[in-house]
Amino acid sequence: MADFETPEVKEYLDMPGLKPDAMSHSQPFVSRDEFQEPLGFPGELVDDWQNVAIAKLGELLDKNRGLQVFMDACVKCGACTDKCHYFHGTSDPRNMPVARQDLLRSVYRRYFTWPGRLFPKLVGAQDLTEEVLDQWYSYFHQCSECRRCSVYCPYGIDTAEVTMATREIMNAVGKGQKYSNEIIGKVFKIGNNLGLPQPALQDTLEGLEEEVKEDTGVDVRYPLDEKGAEVLLVTPSADFFAEPHVDGLIGYGKVFHQAGISWTLSSHASEAANFGLFIGSPENMRKIALRVREAAEELGVKRIVFGECGHAWRVAYSFLNTLAGPFDFLDPRYPVPQHICEVTHDLIQRGALTLDKSANDHRRVTFHDSCNVARASRMGDTPGGQFTIPREILRAVCNHYYDMPPDTIGEATFCCGGGGGLLTDDLMELRVKGALPRMQALRQVADEEGVTHLAAICAICKSQFAKVLPYYGFEMDQIVSVHQLVSDAIVLDPAR
Amino acid sequence: MTLASIVFAVLFYAATAILLIGVGLRIARYARAPAPLKIPTTPAPTTRTGVVGRMLSEVVFFYSLFKSNKWIWILAWVFHLALLLVLLRHLRYFIEPVWGWVVLVQPFGVYAGFALLAGLVALWIRRLFVERIRYISAPSDHLMLGLLVAITASGLAMKFLWHTDVTAVKVFFLGLLRFEVHPLPTDPLLLLHLLLVVALMVVFPFSKLLHAPGIFFSPTRNQADNPRERRHTSWVARVEPTGAAASSEAAGAAPNARSED
Repeated sequence: MADFETPEVKEYLDMPGLKPDAMSHSQPFVSRDEFQEPLGFPGELVDDWQNVAIAKLGELLDKNRGLQVFMDACVKCGACTDKCHYFHGTSDPRNMPVARQDLLRSVYRRYFTWPGRLFPKLVGAQDLTEEVLDQWYSYFHQCSECRRCSVYCPYGIDTAEVTMATREIMNAVGKGQKYSNEIIGKVFKIGNNLGLPQPALQDTLEGLEEEVKEDTGVDVRYPLDEKGAEVLLVTPSADFFAEPHVDGLIGYGKVFHQAGISWTLSSHASEAANFGLFIGSPENMRKIALRVREAAEELGVKRIVFGECGHAWRVAYSFLNTLAGPFDFLDPRYPVPQHICEVTHDLIQRGALTLDKSANDHRRVTFHDSCNVARASRMGDTPGGQFTIPREILRAVCNHYYDMPPDTIGEATFCCGGGGGLLTDDLMELRVKGALPRMQALRQVADEEGVTHLAAICAICKSQFAKVLPYYGFEMDQIVSVHQLVSDAIVLDPAR
Repeated sequence: MTLASIVFAVLFYAATAILLIGVGLRIARYARAPAPLKIPTTPAPTTRTGVVGRMLSEVVFFYSLFKSNKWIWILAWVFHLALLLVLLRHLRYFIEPVWGWVVLVQPFGVYAGFALLAGLVALWIRRLFVERIRYISAPSDHLMLGLLVAITASGLAMKFLWHTDVTAVKVFFLGLLRFEVHPLPTDPLLLLHLLLVVALMVVFPFSKLLHAPGIFFSPTRNQADNPRERRHTSWVARVEPTGAAASSEAAGAAPNARSED
């Protein structure tokens, strides 16, 4: 393992004492020109980067009311200071949300407000120096854009928005992050984050059909690019091969099979994830989102359904209508888009699925609310449906379900530690430390209720937990997909 | 007519102009800036009425702060409520005859003065002694508390220790409202109190006091959670084909009009 210590899991989450600069060394790999240019960003740090950065900040303040209000409104009350999982895991004071925002706000004050121009020291304003840019690169890549702090801010200041704006500024001056930008390039070139071309997808899906046939004796279909299907399913590309993701994909197929709904995946929109969100680039986010619209039009589907992916659901639920709508060519009886959990939940409610709960009796399950689903989207008709619907599904497919402590779930949920474009090996220390609050809550239900499995509906959460669980004394296969549990409980009829 | 009355008349006219124009321009800027995407912090109300309720819970009860930290919440809430009462009590200097409810408020305004001072001092103690909050404080954050404490303390001192001629003070301010300058008492404590109030009015549009108008424009709190039901449009939105091809489509809302939601 690496050259850092895994934080100790205690009975309660302690308030960390401040350790300034404890994580200033933590930076992801900087992007190169080959990854920058497809996104429309300069390949390396431009010569007059200060001017470009200040101009970009000015442009964002004009174009985004939220950013302008968030820069002005903070009173330094301290409500957010103990809300960030990275602060709990690292003790670095710059991982307190307000201190992270202040890295940008200090520059905003220096160049855009009179007190900052006249009395910089007095109001905590500072020049945009190379050192500040370096701190931006460190600490705006220690925010997973999870919005937990925004729940507790009396003005709703959302550090995620500040992080996105600063990453957009850094991309504009040529200091992008390799991980996110390389992945966006792959989506443009091939259609998904993992760079799986159409033949590879076809092959994988045929393999899944054989596997399900062997397991169950039933012909469940996993179709690709089938024109005229009713549903286009857009799912994170991790679902095509990685554990436990692929077990979720198997589950979606079984649900559609049992409900008699014809469906298809698309090789053109073979990715639900949209890393344009992470880097705060509306143009790139729209370009990725438009692929979903193009696929839906091309295949002539009537509905769009998204698979288990947290930030993808935020972009889909909250932004897709704006970025790629209106979707008046789809069946108006269904919301656009739908979450696979909404589909499954509705079928369970209507009694359309036969479920054998005892198939999951060897598991005692808890549910991890993924941040983007919890605090940036909804499921169903009523606020909070994003919390109740997955839980009702889980209770319908397992006999042993237990929630983690209330201050760690729902809108108060803790990030897995790998969201927001940080799910990369060059940030392993940050990811392990940032997982501390979730691991502490999991340890508690594991000890008190004998919980054995953590179910999630986010590809990033699943990958992150598979990697960090062992650091905290758990097994990597204790993380499961919600639709994996559905898959195991569902009683299949032969193909109709 | 004393020099003090002329100087303070000019100061109050200037400070009022800076406050109103400064905050007005800021509000205009907030109102004009587009909201590119739907970003309410969820769970959020799905209707405009629901949003009004959410905003009231924030503005009146500081609900998010309540969820965050009970100590900051109680101190901040007591401070703001006391400030409101004290300001209402001061209305009597600007109206004649004094409205009935302003008369009723007077005794509560006095108690509120002490609550205001206590709240401010406690918040300052937090800022000085809680390590996390000390870390995030700039000198201006301490100065702002100092300014408010000084205004409150000088006001209370005039009420209980060194009185001034409040009738003359009222004549002075009623005069200002009619663009007449009447003599202002020159007790040092009064002049200090008024000078600090002028300072507060002047820094308002350039400081964190902008949180007061800002909260109403905060998209995470003022947007309804209805992106699937109503298409939110802005400069980020997909631009639809225009002209003959588009005109045949059944019209809904103007496709790329800016929704202020």
